[in-house]
Amino acid sequence: MAFKIIVCAKQVPDTNEIKIDPVKKTLIREGVPSILNHDDANALEEALKIKDAYPDTHITVVTMGPPQARDMLIECIAMGADEGILLSDRALGGSDTWATSNAIAAAIVKLKDYDLIFAGRQAIDGDTAQVGPQIAEKLGIPQVTYVAEFELEKDMKHITVKRALEDGYELIKIETPCMLTAIKELNTPRYMSIGGIFSAVRKEIPAWGAKELGVDVDKEVGLDASPTNVFRSFTPAPKGKGVILEADTDKELADKLLINLKAKHVI
Amino acid sequence: MAINVIKEKCVGCKLCIKACPFDAIDMDGKLAVINEKCTACNQCIAVCKFSAIEKTEDESGPADLSAYKNVWVYAEQRAGKLMNVALELIGEGRRLAREISDDTKVYAVLIGEGVGALKQECFEFGADGVYLIDDPLLKNFTTDGYTKVLYDAVTQYKPEIVLFGATHIGRDLAPRVAARLNTGLTADCTRLDVKVSSYIDYAEKNTTLDTSTLDPASEDKGLKQTRPAFGGNLMATIICPRTRPQMSTVRPGVMTRREQVPGATGEVVQVKPVLSESDIRTKIVEIVKSAKEIVSLTDADIICSGGRGLGDPSGFDLIRRFASKVGGVVGSSRAAVDAGWIEQSHQVGQTGTTVKPKIYFACGISGAIQHLAGMQTSDIIVAINKDPDAPIFEVADYGIVGDLYKVIPQIIDEWENADALYESSVR
Repeated sequence: MAFKIIVCAKQVPDTNEIKIDPVKKTLIREGVPSILNHDDANALEEALKIKDAYPDTHITVVTMGPPQARDMLIECIAMGADEGILLSDRALGGSDTWATSNAIAAAIVKLKDYDLIFAGRQAIDGDTAQVGPQIAEKLGIPQVTYVAEFELEKDMKHITVKRALEDGYELIKIETPCMLTAIKELNTPRYMSIGGIFSAVRKEIPAWGAKELGVDVDKEVGLDASPTNVFRSFTPAPKGKGVILEADTDKELADKLLINLKAKHVI
Repeated sequence: MAINVIKEKCVGCKLCIKACPFDAIDMDGKLAVINEKCTACNQCIAVCKFSAIEKTEDESGPADLSAYKNVWVYAEQRAGKLMNVALELIGEGRRLAREISDDTKVYAVLIGEGVGALKQECFEFGADGVYLIDDPLLKNFTTDGYTKVLYDAVTQYKPEIVLFGATHIGRDLAPRVAARLNTGLTADCTRLDVKVSSYIDYAEKNTTLDTSTLDPASEDKGLKQTRPAFGGNLMATIICPRTRPQMSTVRPGVMTRREQVPGATGEVVQVKPVLSESDIRTKIVEIVKSAKEIVSLTDADIICSGGRGLGDPSGFDLIRRFASKVGGVVGSSRAAVDAGWIEQSHQVGQTGTTVKPKIYFACGISGAIQHLAGMQTSDIIVAINKDPDAPIFEVADYGIVGDLYKVIPQIIDEWENADALYESSVR
């Protein structure tokens, strides 16, 4: 039977491109591109590598987001995924990580059998790294996060991964079905292929809402069901502007700097 | 709870659309309409000049949360050594506990095999007590094993708050435990408050938040968890009003540990774990301590960081020479890591390490917001960059507009002379 992989991905604004309006202190969103979250691209790439080795592998990419997240699914299919599922519904809006994982876990249950779930470690807009483990918890499967190397044995059952730690790594053995979260060190994501783009644009991408997922909109998903709420939000106060040192030579600049640091008692 | 536009008051000025970080407001003719991307972050309410946007609170009152008491800190240890962040959180947990009430305590939760001796260190850094969960099956961290015993302990003893260090292990364990408890978890917090008055105090000193709508005398003792979002472009304070415990992961290096009190003692609660080998579905083959250069960015007094302005990977040779001269540690921007010039372990910023050294030298770093988010609380920031308009100069205490390849060697050469230079300058 074909090996079935589910990849969890998210469309995110490229936070490197976001700037703050210096006068109004608000985010400037115009012109900020939406991209496939970096770690999720690594998750998809690792799935595609399995498919390279075992061509009957089937890869489904699941994402939750606004209708335009469909574009990201098309990109994933153009890279080589077999299908994409979009979870999009006003009732899912405002979900925190707990509620988001309820929706995605419900989608995975609806997709029935799977061998492996790959997600990115975290998304660059929220940086929580919580949704992957929380999906695994709701599905009752084991997990390994921060996966930097991956090896699937020929029996398609036993997996060995290298899990990155701050001060080294662990080698861990785990069996399917399981959830793995990918980091950048795992691989280099491929580009979309021309053939892939052609088949992607023709591909039907189902959109599922709360009804299709069979989730309780009052208790499981959306803003009201989420255990966490935003109390306040604000932009960080800019630090007071410092001084630009000026001098005729680089040596004098260095001297001025050192005198200032000495005066502040920091050296 | 939801954000609503009051149709009668909306004039269609679109100020809210500009302010919305989530692209969650559309125009329907001359009326603003909130769409499904809304997270109820309140930004639009703050900018609306016509009071045309309101937040409707949830009607259902909170469940009985009074059974939950005390603050727990997951005292992460690796190979029998407590992580720094655990000690930082014990200090922070103690501050929060005392803000809640005089008889609220902070407990360190020690999980492992033969880790009982670590309790002394926990007491000395401020823990009122320790929950000790000791078992051979808990020798090394496993998601399944640690989740089960921590979940069982929380269910039995009902803490009001549980704090974790946002380490690779804390960020693996905490979401799993929170999901099993069906409670909220806030990631990578940089500030925690219980009393509204402390929150106001923090907000007024450090943020642009309008605090006039907050009541300093409020009885609200819920945990206010502040964290960066959008790569540090926005700060959000998150609450967990209806479920307990309230759980947070906190970035290492952000909170300050308390002064150590040698000989301090406290209460010890032995928790008997119910765990069998079959509960643990992963098997650790080996744990390898990195043979790589140890980068302890969080502990460094001086950090010399390089960015894309170095031009090529060999630029880090100069940065290394600089760091070794000044007794500092090498850091980098995400751009330099993405370019493959240096390993990720050196990365400072929102997705890297948060640092607050005494001196941060930013060399050839333009200052993307996500980088600033990880270093702007450094005591002194020195920026060296060719581009006078680089955003890094906005946060720098001292800026040098110039060629880093010329300026840094001069700083290296003059470093030993700093005393003499200073003396002659004040004379």
